[in-house]
Amino acid sequence: MITRRSFCKKALLIAGGLAVPLSALELFDPKRLLAEKDSPEKVRWGFLVDTYKCVGCGFCVKACKTENEVPYDANVTRTWVERYVITRNGKTWIDSPKGARDGFTTRKVALGEGNFQDIKDEDIEKAFFVPKLCNQCDNPPCVQVCPVGATYQTADGVVLVDRTWCIGCGYCIMGCPYGVRFFHPVYHVAEKCNFCYHRLAKGMKTACVDACPFGARRIGNLKDPDDPVTQIIMTERVSVLKEEYGTKPQVFYLGLTKEVK
Amino acid sequence: MKNHVWRPLYIALCIIALVLIARMVIVPKDFGIWERGYMYGWHRKGNEADWKAVKVKYRTAAYCKDCHPDKYNDLKQSPHANIMCENCHGPALGHPEDPRTMTIDRHRELCIRCHSRLPYKASGRGAIRGIDPQTHNPELECTVCHYPHNPKREVKR
Repeated sequence: MITRRSFCKKALLIAGGLAVPLSALELFDPKRLLAEKDSPEKVRWGFLVDTYKCVGCGFCVKACKTENEVPYDANVTRTWVERYVITRNGKTWIDSPKGARDGFTTRKVALGEGNFQDIKDEDIEKAFFVPKLCNQCDNPPCVQVCPVGATYQTADGVVLVDRTWCIGCGYCIMGCPYGVRFFHPVYHVAEKCNFCYHRLAKGMKTACVDACPFGARRIGNLKDPDDPVTQIIMTERVSVLKEEYGTKPQVFYLGLTKEVK
Repeated sequence: MKNHVWRPLYIALCIIALVLIARMVIVPKDFGIWERGYMYGWHRKGNEADWKAVKVKYRTAAYCKDCHPDKYNDLKQSPHANIMCENCHGPALGHPEDPRTMTIDRHRELCIRCHSRLPYKASGRGAIRGIDPQTHNPELECTVCHYPHNPKREVKR
């Protein structure tokens, strides 16, 4: 026969035990604590896109596809350039034919399936180009959803995909709010921009940065306060894409408007 | 307790042991939580080196200038100074051994990437001198009249 006193005691004990989160029972691991606090790494790669300077030539896309061995004629790419044409009647036209691999050479906006929209010069209120690439988020949702640990973030903040470990489930492709991931047509695993990790490792810049004749794309070390890119990010009016998702993108933009998604 | 009660338990334990052994064999030694912690850091450490070992294809103008100083200097003193050699000539890879010759892309499509006029004042494109590729000598290559390494200079015949 259970007494009222012992029932209350046990109920409180169980409720208290349930309240202790499972993580509190984990053993203290200094290595992990250090990792989750400020990492001792001296480098955190960040990217700056100046949309005022971009002219939509698409040399970045061409260079990226060649450098990273993404099949040139497949309609997938690690980076692409979008054209935004905002007309006086308030409409926004957006296109990126073949990811702008061949640049923007016509005023006609591609609508897909071989259809084009002709826009008269006098109807244009503003028009500009926005290069897109992986944001190398500080909170990468694509990494969280990977069930096998095939995609991960390195100490310097770049998100990579392990081609031998990826099972091709596609969760990360669905999970990325920026749509930067796709299946590699040859390897049949998830593929994404990795800031040309092999070039960074050799002290070079990414292929798209080197290919851009207008300085619209720049890469820098966010942990170095004297880095020219970091200085612009710290002191000028930069914005990021889809801030409301809480992904903390590390690709910063100059000159975005509300139309850019 | 009776034997038939214990038997399923032994089988279950055997299966668990098998899974653990298989895991030890299949999972690489360097697979674990690395620098970015429990949430973002799970990976095979060796993969970072795999990515770093990818071959560089675009070697940038610094690679070209020692052997081609004439072209390099022409280009650097022209309005085209910021265009990387390989944008038009293709990736250098291991040139001059492999490939022995570089491509020379004289297609109009290359030039009109920037020089097809688009009236986009909000971007740098609006300020670039441009033509309408449909009406501006559509049958000719641009290099017939324009010297690409320095468009300000006349074409050498």
